Amino acid sequence: MNESVFVTQKMTSSFADGWHIWGWEVSLYLFLGGLTAGILILSAMSLLKKKEELPVSSKLAILWAPIFLSLGMFFLFLDLTNKINVLRFYMTFHVTSVMSWGSWILLVIYPVSILLLLSVMQEGYPGIYKFIRKNLEPLVHGKLLKVFDLLVDFSIKKRDAIAKIAIPSGIALGIYTGILLSAFNARPLWNSAILGPLFLVSGISTGTAFVLLLSSGKERKLLLSVDSKLILTEIFILFLFFIGQITGGAQRRDAVMILFKGDILAPIFWIFVVFTGLLLPLILEWLEERGIEVPQKLQPLFVLAGGLALRIVLVEGAFILRELSTKALL
Amino acid sequence: MDNKIKYAMVIDTKLCVGCGACVVACKTENEVPEGRSRVWVVEEVSGVYPKLSMEIRSERCNHCTNAPCVSACPTGASHYHKSSENLVLVDSKKCTGCKACMAACPYDARFTMPEGYVTKCTFCLHRIEKGENPACMSVCPARAIHFGDLNDSNSEVSVLLKSRKFKVLQPEAGTQPNVYYLV
Repeated sequence: MNESVFVTQKMTSSFADGWHIWGWEVSLYLFLGGLTAGILILSAMSLLKKKEELPVSSKLAILWAPIFLSLGMFFLFLDLTNKINVLRFYMTFHVTSVMSWGSWILLVIYPVSILLLLSVMQEGYPGIYKFIRKNLEPLVHGKLLKVFDLLVDFSIKKRDAIAKIAIPSGIALGIYTGILLSAFNARPLWNSAILGPLFLVSGISTGTAFVLLLSSGKERKLLLSVDSKLILTEIFILFLFFIGQITGGAQRRDAVMILFKGDILAPIFWIFVVFTGLLLPLILEWLEERGIEVPQKLQPLFVLAGGLALRIVLVEGAFILRELSTKALL
Repeated sequence: MDNKIKYAMVIDTKLCVGCGACVVACKTENEVPEGRSRVWVVEEVSGVYPKLSMEIRSERCNHCTNAPCVSACPTGASHYHKSSENLVLVDSKKCTGCKACMAACPYDARFTMPEGYVTKCTFCLHRIEKGENPACMSVCPARAIHFGDLNDSNSEVSVLLKSRKFKVLQPEAGTQPNVYYLV
């Protein structure tokens, strides 16, 4: 029997001012990063397939990649406690720091997703295209318009090459959102490299779900079957995550038990991540395939909520565990 | 490792009485704000009544030789002092407050200042540069805290570690900590 206590003050709570590490901002950032990765990969792949029946995936969805990425980066920025030094991320590169890799990967995603967007803008968003051209015309004697036209021409000409760069960039972003957590040996709940593929597949799945929200007809049918395969893969990887943690030594086994026995997290995990995030979408897809009518927005909305819940549960889980071990000492 | 200093703190758990003077001295010396602390004291009781034994430890940043906070830092704010192979410092001018280092530290030795940057024990670098001892060591009434260079085989800390049984905290984390506890 061992019992340890803090004799002097260390922290009143690991969520107290100064000791708090990451909260909802980082969960949201990881979710939006995965979503961006998913949209980017799906858009690039459907552009390369050159199929007419994928209008939303190939021409419309890509607009949302830079928007979600910016939103995600905004939440990451909100989490920084020393915001004044934010540019320091881009004044160096630290090969051992996953955070450093991530900040540079984010920076690569911008030009790739914007070029991909420009390459389909005339067909996908003619209104926005005309609006931008009209507003650029009077600026700097029309030079900006010339640059814009050059970029559009370039992106249309090199569309396939850009799409081919977009796929590995998206994969890097998706995997990074998981590795950001898994690289910390000090947080045994996260200490599994399988979080990389888990977050990647979950990211592509939420990306597909988002495109599903916008699509209809044949495309919807195709995406629905793609998403159900992604969900099955995600369930399989989640299963592997559990096997790895349960057999990975006492610390990792005890940590992952928070998803089985935790007061708050276990029900949240099983209800919102596993049931409504993974199983229910599969059931809804199965029903729809059999011609039973279900509200069309339901399936993708459940997948999106499940993806967000997965990240909230994993991020919060590690810090609830930290709080429990601190409280035991107080 | 070319002549670099390996700073180490050796703390005698047999002498420590858990008075907390080290905690107060550190807070005063380094002007650590309310609610935060660079040093803390842990009391560990083991055994079953009536056969109990107690170990008291004054804990702080372990200034690891293989510090996960340094490798996790994206900007190089967490770094090793140029003269030393293990003195871990935070450059507040480079720190973004991303808190990757705090997530990486298995000892939870780091915290954010109200100004936003991350900080922790520096082994009182400003004092050791002047040849003085770290504040916690200077005030220890039991003289339980020792400090010095482990690369010098004649230093007090080297001699203590050669002659006494010792342990480090969470050796399984692979961080190669440099705060040693005589047991």
